[in-house]
Parts: sequence; structure tokens; C-alpha cells
Amino acid sequence: MAETPVVIHEHQFIKLKSVLARICVECAARVVLLVDRDGQPIAAHGDIIGLDTTSFSSLAAGNVAATTSMAQLIGEEVFPAVVHEGERESIYISVIGRSLLVVIFDERSTVSLVKLRTKRSSYEVAAILEDIAQDSENQRAEEKTFFTEITDDDIDSLFS
Amino acid sequence: MTFINYASREINCKIVYYGPGLCGKTTNLQYIYDSTAPQAKGKLISLATETDRTLFFDFMPLELGTVRGFKTRFHLYTVPGQVYYDASRKLILKGVDGVVFVADSQEERMDANIESLYNLEENLQSQGYDLMNLPYVLQLNKRDLPNVAPTEELTSELLRKGEPVFEATASQGSGVFDTLKAVAKQVLTELRKG
Repeated sequence: MAETPVVIHEHQFIKLKSVLARICVECAARVVLLVDRDGQPIAAHGDIIGLDTTSFSSLAAGNVAATTSMAQLIGEEVFPAVVHEGERESIYISVIGRSLLVVIFDERSTVSLVKLRTKRSSYEVAAILEDIAQDSENQRAEEKTFFTEITDDDIDSLFS
Repeated sequence: MTFINYASREINCKIVYYGPGLCGKTTNLQYIYDSTAPQAKGKLISLATETDRTLFFDFMPLELGTVRGFKTRFHLYTVPGQVYYDASRKLILKGVDGVVFVADSQEERMDANIESLYNLEENLQSQGYDLMNLPYVLQLNKRDLPNVAPTEELTSELLRKGEPVFEATASQGSGVFDTLKAVAKQVLTELRKG
């Protein structure tokens, strides 16, 4: 069987968004994204118009997965952060448990500033993610009911 | 791993197309991409070599519609089929909700199919999954070619648990959506079980 679904409730999502918004300001970043390590986008803040956040999340996860495997080949457990510096835009990805905090920034910021500021906030992000993980494990009765109420017709209607 | 977001009212699931090299995994995704309305799909990302062989993965998000007010989005991935890209295949299986095994129906590819299926079972196990308990569909692709093995022969070698089987010619689209529907339906049914 596949793993237990991750269920994000509105209050948790709002909390995550507000932390991402603060990170965005503190890092003078263009965009901040929170991505699951398997490639699912969780939340985003900033100038995301025109940015395909779904594809970006999948590629960021692929990137970290590949560098983690490389780390293990040379005896490291994980590279806690991955940096890509471009001429104008740069990307800083830090690993927070099962998730990735991705900061996209330009010449108004620096890698060291982003590194410093994200480190501070990553504990807060980790705590919210832990809360989400625990809630998902103990899925509330009404949510279980919601999904058990999905009928074959509901599912078939997606394909008609 | 399925993600359910109550704030944005979205359900996101991950489906992986698995199979031996050149069996038509990317062709399945390409056909889905070409036949889907622009508003229902994202970009088709292909991390491929210069000769268009999948190097890491292909990826395409597909929105099917809403179930009880929740937008239902499937993230479709392919793995690289060539034997030596096993490390990449393992990574892509992480967080999978459903698998499509694309078999190459040509007689001379039977051994490659068996080897790839064995590799799938092994890689799933290494990630803590069991094929027997995972939404799973078998697609017999390339049915238009002259040298194909009979479907009975293929299923007797490749069928694992009475999973749905679809004959397909992905290059022309036949069987592509039937396969996708079958695995997507199983994934949503699994969600319903809780």
C-alpha cells in the first residue's frame, strides 16, 4: 500500500505561508517555495506569476535526490543545502526533514544572507511540518468520512 | 505519497511509468500531453540525453477535474529504462501512489520485460512498498508491430496479481488513456479506503 496521505489543513497552510512570506522578506528573495522531497509542491510565496511551481518543485526534488545519492557515494549522509548561482537569478535549497525550502533570489541578495536567514526559520517550518505529519497519521474522523463518501460515480466523472 | 491540501482544496498524487528501455514510457506521456487541453496540463519536462533517451525522468502534471470540490492532479513520471540507471529509478519511485508497467510486446524483448519487472519489485521493496498492495496496471505496448508475442504469453510471464491489462500502441494513442484511467481510479479508490 502507498504511504499515508499528507493532509494539510487550512490553519497549517496559513502558518506555513506566513513563515514563507517572512523568509521572503528577510532574505530579500524573489520567491520562496516549500516542496516535499518526493516532488510535490506544498506552499509558495513571492513573485510566482509566470513560474511553473509544479514543474519547478519536481525538478528541485530530483536535484536534491541526485545530490543526496552523490553524497552517499562519497560517505556523506546528505548535503544539507544545494546552491545554484546564475548571472542574475540564483537558487538556494535547504533540506528540512522530508521537505525542501527553496529560495529564488537575484542580485539584491546574497547566498550567505539567504543561508543565515533560512537556517533561523527552518526550525519553525520543521515544527509546522511535524504538526502536519502527526495530524496526517491521526486523520480526523470527519476527513475519513469525507474520503469514504467518494463514490465510483465521482471517480468515473473525472474521466468522462 | 498523496498530498491533500484543504486550504487550496487540492489532491496531488504521483504515478510512475516503469518498464524496460525503449518500451514506450515517454511515448505514453507524450501522447497524453499532446491530447490534453492546455488548461489541464503543465509542461512536459524531459530530462533526456542528446539522443532523446530518458536520462533521469520525464514529468508532467495532469489535472483531471474535481472530486467533491477537490481539484485532482496527477503527477506523471517515467523512469529511465536502461539497466545502468537503476539509482535514478529508485529515486523516482519515492512517494509513488500508483505504477504502470509498460511492457514491450516484441518477442525479443520478453527477457528485458521480465528483468525490468523484477527490478521494479526489488526497487519498490527497497523503498518499503509491496507491489501486491500498490495500485498497479500492466500495459502491453507496441501491439502494432509484426513480431509481437501473443498477449497470453506476455500475461503468463508478466501478470503479478490479476491487475488490469491493456493492449496499447502508444505512438498512435491506443490504450494510453485506458491505462491512465485504470491506475488513477485505483489510486483514488485506495484513498477512499483511508
